[in-house]
Amino acid sequence: MYSIDFNKLRFLISDDNAHMRRILRTLLHSFGAREVNEAEDGATALEMFIHYVPDILITDWAMPIFDGIELTQMIRQPNGSGNPFVPIILLTGHCDKRRVMTARDAGVTEFLAKPISAKALYQRILNIVVNPRPFIRTKIYFGPDRRRNTSNTYIGPERRNNGQAEIIQQPALLDKARAPR
Amino acid sequence: MAAKTPPKLSVETFGDHQIITQPNPLRSAVRRVGDAQQDDAVARAEQALKQLSDQFDDWMTSECDRLAAAFVRVSTGGFDTATQDELFRAAHDIKGGAATFGYPLAAAAAESLCRIIEHAPSLTEVPLDLIKHHVDAIQAIVREHRKLGVTTTAAELSARLRGVADTYLAAVNQDRPEHLEIILSPSIAPAD
Repeated sequence: MYSIDFNKLRFLISDDNAHMRRILRTLLHSFGAREVNEAEDGATALEMFIHYVPDILITDWAMPIFDGIELTQMIRQPNGSGNPFVPIILLTGHCDKRRVMTARDAGVTEFLAKPISAKALYQRILNIVVNPRPFIRTKIYFGPDRRRNTSNTYIGPERRNNGQAEIIQQPALLDKARAPR
Repeated sequence: MAAKTPPKLSVETFGDHQIITQPNPLRSAVRRVGDAQQDDAVARAEQALKQLSDQFDDWMTSECDRLAAAFVRVSTGGFDTATQDELFRAAHDIKGGAATFGYPLAAAAAESLCRIIEHAPSLTEVPLDLIKHHVDAIQAIVREHRKLGVTTTAAELSARLRGVADTYLAAVNQDRPEHLEIILSPSIAPAD
């Protein structure tokens, strides 16, 4: 069994509805999180994202100025000023196939349908923390691997051309346990 | 909490894509525990939500007031970008929050209203009564929430509104297959 030390995680909530922000903050604090910042629109969220460097971003889809999808696209810039790898949970009432695929293709890590529940939120966070997915960079996509599972029965188009693999080691190490606060 | 140093990345380069893996930056927040040590964070959060629920009725009332005000602006001034956006956001927030606040049938009626606003080719051509019936229904469901036996009536009302709205949307979107697909397709949101 795994348990999460929520007090080691920093959250940013982005939602224009004050009631929903209050619900999310209550849930996160109950889980044990201490650092929960809030933004009420996409532009403020982007500013706070750069300033506070959250470990996990939870964002609504529909927001003023720019929405959760646009926010995700701005964050998922490989050479952006913030952390482009940050896990993003999209909280939304839009649950049709086209919207879910739009969210996935924008680089959303987890999709959380409203109405929100403590269990569903916890499971999304647990999945992010325990089973992080590698990132994929193509000409048109940068974000978490959209293939959560391998399937021998997959019959859709093959969008990746295999080639010679090359491992590029980057210097430095991100280790939250040792990182100075 | 936030890392001061960039992550160590492993990048595998293929023909048309790269796979980028970094050491789990959140691993220090994970502990493996035995059953006896298991801390039920979900139960604790549900309890906190229950304590917060004293305020849900007031929150729901304020969301309904916001929806009613948005409808008044639409009915008196007509649809423009601002009034449409205001009505949609009010309905959308009820759709997303009402079930959490204990009003799932109000959420269902609000979802139906959201679909009309999102998928009608021209809102000015939508019968205003169709929108008004949704707003009235949401208010009534919330207002009569605690009365005995109201659940069945509210469920029938929400289902009837959804049926009328879907029939209307299917008719006006015959030449817009991308909207028809959404109108007719079920939710694929992952469950709990």
